[in-house]
Amino acid sequence: MISLIRELAGAYGPSGREEEIRNLIEQKISSKVDEIYTDTLGNLIAVKKGSENGKRIMLAAHMDEIGLVASYIDDKGFIRVSNIGGINPYVAIGQRVQFQNGITGCVCYEENITDFKDLKLDRMYIDIGANSREITSECVMPGDIAVFCGETIEQNTRFISKALDDRIGCAILIKLIEQMGDCPNEVIFVFTVQEEVGLRGAGPAAFDIKPDIAVAVDVTGTGDTPECKPLAIELGKGPTVMIKDSRTISHPIVKNALIECAEKNNIPYQLEVMSVGGNDAGTIHTAAGGIPAGAVSIPCRYLHRPCEMVDKNDALNAVKLLDAFIKMP
Amino acid sequence: MNTDTLVKQLCDLNAPAGCENLSAEKLKSFFEPLCDKAYVDPFFNVIGYKKGTSKNPKKIIITAHFDQIGMIVSGFEKGGFLRISNLGGIDTKALLASEVIVHGREEVFGVIGAKPPHLLKEDETKKNVKMTGLFIDTGFPDDILKQKVSIGDPVTMLAPVVTLKNGCIAGKSLDNRTGVAALVLILKELQNMKHPNDIYVIATVQEETGLLGAITSSYSLEPDLAVVIDVCHGDMPEADRSQCFPLNKGIPVAIGPAFHSEYTDALFEVAKRERIPTQRCIEPGNPGTEAWAIQVSRFGIPTVEACIPLRYMHTTAELVSLKDIEAVATLVARYVSEDIIKTTEETF
Amino acid sequence: MMRKLAELTMLDGISGNEQEIRKFIIQNLADKSLKHYTDSIGNLIVKGKTDGSSNLKVMLAAHMDEVGLMVNYITDDGKLKFSPVGGIDSRILIGKHVRVGKCKIPGVIGYKSIHLQDKNERESVVKIKNLYIDIAAKDKENAEEFVNTGDYVAFASEPVFFGENRIKAKALDDRAGCAVLMELLEEVWPFELYACFTVQEEVGLRGALVAANRIKPDIGIVLEGTTCADVPKVKEHEVSTVMGEGPVLSFADRTSIADRELFYHFLKTAEKEGIPYQLKRTTTGGNDAGRIQTSGTGVKTMVVSVPCRYIHSPVSVLDLNDLKNMLNLVSKALHILPELGR
Repeated sequence: MISLIRELAGAYGPSGREEEIRNLIEQKISSKVDEIYTDTLGNLIAVKKGSENGKRIMLAAHMDEIGLVASYIDDKGFIRVSNIGGINPYVAIGQRVQFQNGITGCVCYEENITDFKDLKLDRMYIDIGANSREITSECVMPGDIAVFCGETIEQNTRFISKALDDRIGCAILIKLIEQMGDCPNEVIFVFTVQEEVGLRGAGPAAFDIKPDIAVAVDVTGTGDTPECKPLAIELGKGPTVMIKDSRTISHPIVKNALIECAEKNNIPYQLEVMSVGGNDAGTIHTAAGGIPAGAVSIPCRYLHRPCEMVDKNDALNAVKLLDAFIKMP
Repeated sequence: MNTDTLVKQLCDLNAPAGCENLSAEKLKSFFEPLCDKAYVDPFFNVIGYKKGTSKNPKKIIITAHFDQIGMIVSGFEKGGFLRISNLGGIDTKALLASEVIVHGREEVFGVIGAKPPHLLKEDETKKNVKMTGLFIDTGFPDDILKQKVSIGDPVTMLAPVVTLKNGCIAGKSLDNRTGVAALVLILKELQNMKHPNDIYVIATVQEETGLLGAITSSYSLEPDLAVVIDVCHGDMPEADRSQCFPLNKGIPVAIGPAFHSEYTDALFEVAKRERIPTQRCIEPGNPGTEAWAIQVSRFGIPTVEACIPLRYMHTTAELVSLKDIEAVATLVARYVSEDIIKTTEETF
Repeated sequence: MMRKLAELTMLDGISGNEQEIRKFIIQNLADKSLKHYTDSIGNLIVKGKTDGSSNLKVMLAAHMDEVGLMVNYITDDGKLKFSPVGGIDSRILIGKHVRVGKCKIPGVIGYKSIHLQDKNERESVVKIKNLYIDIAAKDKENAEEFVNTGDYVAFASEPVFFGENRIKAKALDDRAGCAVLMELLEEVWPFELYACFTVQEEVGLRGALVAANRIKPDIGIVLEGTTCADVPKVKEHEVSTVMGEGPVLSFADRTSIADRELFYHFLKTAEKEGIPYQLKRTTTGGNDAGRIQTSGTGVKTMVVSVPCRYIHSPVSVLDLNDLKNMLNLVSKALHILPELGR
């Protein structure tokens, strides 16, 4: 699995610029599905036909990652930035970031900041080592988006990398496509765009597909690090079945079916109750007059940092859980 | 059944947002004898349908949400305690020293305690308590508690509705079971009235957590007109008078961008003709009610809203006047039974 | 176009009350044979002239509504308390002249004079709840002869052409877009053009959503008046846009990310045609594109705007050349959309 995750997480793909990651995923699955296409907003939709007259199930994992968009280039060649998705300025300090064309820069802040409470992205910039606007403009223009650098490693059954949110979800769906075999239900795998900027891709995809039920496959926070906020989710204790987050309360049909699948197949799982955060289920469940939706999440430490960390077994168990779920009569 | 009993029975139903399946069937039984068809949709919206007399009936929906604010179990703490998270906009100030029911494998009684004043440090008394600082004390040993309760189980407040002076009642979930009571009363009134248009009364789900029921039901029913019944703030000392409405002084009708101005004018006219007093409830933007979602459903749905003044919203002391519930029902029943829908010509 | 723009800004159309604008646009359509439709929320949708060479559907959107106030309470002594409709900085309100309700009753926004303020009051920002509109009514009863709660309140601010090529007016956001869109309706298009004059943008992008649901366009272009803070003491990367440097192309804001192909198409068209343009230097704010993009099964969108200084105030300012160039750019770019295979 590590090589797949390394490839996926390493691919460039901030919100609105998902071409590269989409091409990679398409290349990996196109021969294994019955139909595959890209919609208007760039969602990659892959269909595995059902062997019987079963349900139509949509599984969604988002391809996009957070990034910093170049908003202005000053006369010294420094690049002013704005966030694409939830980037914490404190996390960004000193990070290496990379644009689509490979140009690498480091994120720095105006030196005269004395109180770090004042630190906002509009007092930060990317330095690519150019010393004039002309030189910077040769390789970066406003609107170009840089993403964190953070290579993927496997250590102690854990994966550490940038963009595991939500390339781990993409990896799980790809693994599922590879191993699922015959299935009574039609499964529509959707690799969505623009989740990080407000769940924008999933809704239109769901509106188009109008599945009977839908499950978002994403990451979720944990409560197992020193002095963190209490949260009954730990790395390595299994994927979570979402009960609620700030956007969605899982539909009982979906939630109960997931729990039943886990119990029946002895797959470890945890229950997720979040008061913050949201995932694609949030716009799927209100699409087209309502689609019963829920989510399966992979516990992930250090979300939206270049060192996101997930447990390998949680990912493998998620594949098992979803495999059982899509085969339910 | 008088209104007092009706409201009390409705308030006894447990339907915290997202867990309305607990009570949807029971609620349906209130509509069933009064309409042509009553059903629960896939999202647990409870719908009562009354056929209109017109050959080409238009469709009117009347919505009132039946979910209530509540909490959800988010974790366990040693000693029989439960951590909780909110379902909807809970005022944590109103949670200290409350009685609750956890809806687990069985119903479990518990209290949300409060540190005795003797032990409070001075800075603690000055700060508002946060949800993360509140726990439900169930009195059970941890292992037994875990057999009864699981993460994700809903929690409701325990505060039966009591009757106060001057035809007022107080308790939990009057937001918006009073609106649901109005739906029942509307169906009753319509029994004795001819109405040209098809009417759907809808007790909707998950208003408190994002208007889900209004979004799904207005989309699937595609009405020509929507009437929303919800509570608004009653008059309370020290609250901004422009946003509060005295009890028994007329039905607040909402005015603002979210509401169709001509249909709203028509509502005022019906009220005037029927001698039902009204008040003007000014909403310059998002009114925080289902109207906000319904107005922009599909190609746009003309929406109006009539309110029931309610004091102390989102606490266990919610207080309303029964007369206001009856008046809103009469007003809306008369309104929807008129031949009110204007046909517009579709050009493309 | 400039005369139309000035006339448009003299009309009052606070969110939810856009009929004056709608009526004006219908009356001033260049070609009376154009089909138009007003939907239930109040959007005016005009179908443009087409030569029928493509059935590509292009939605152009400009919002008719402006920010303003709404009367929410009348005090016993006949003063009008109010809430803002849309985003208004409470600091701009003191001493402004307004028009109240359908009869446009003149009034002024009052606050006790500086002599009577204590030190704390002098230094702090006044809250809207402490302000009121004075129409010089004797008492509540007298006020109620002219005004009702729920009445809309618009700034009284006449358009003034000043400086070099500048106009000052209220509501340039987005009557500027409306004026450009009216001009575009005079042309014949190689696709199906739906000109949407939308409502309620300022209170949450409400009208554009239902208009897009109805039209189901392939492409949505939003014409906007956008923020411009190119004034002294603002850092160059925070000015958002610069007045006089041409129409603004946005790569992303808080509600949408521009479709990349459309974005580059507009950019390249500007370069090829020698039309000045600028890229927006911030990603703040949002507009109708956010709702159009995620409507239905998804729509490719792009925002083109004209820089407006002092936006959401009675003294907004724009540069007339920017507006001309915006019209020119949008027109040129649309006639050669890559989707048309040209």
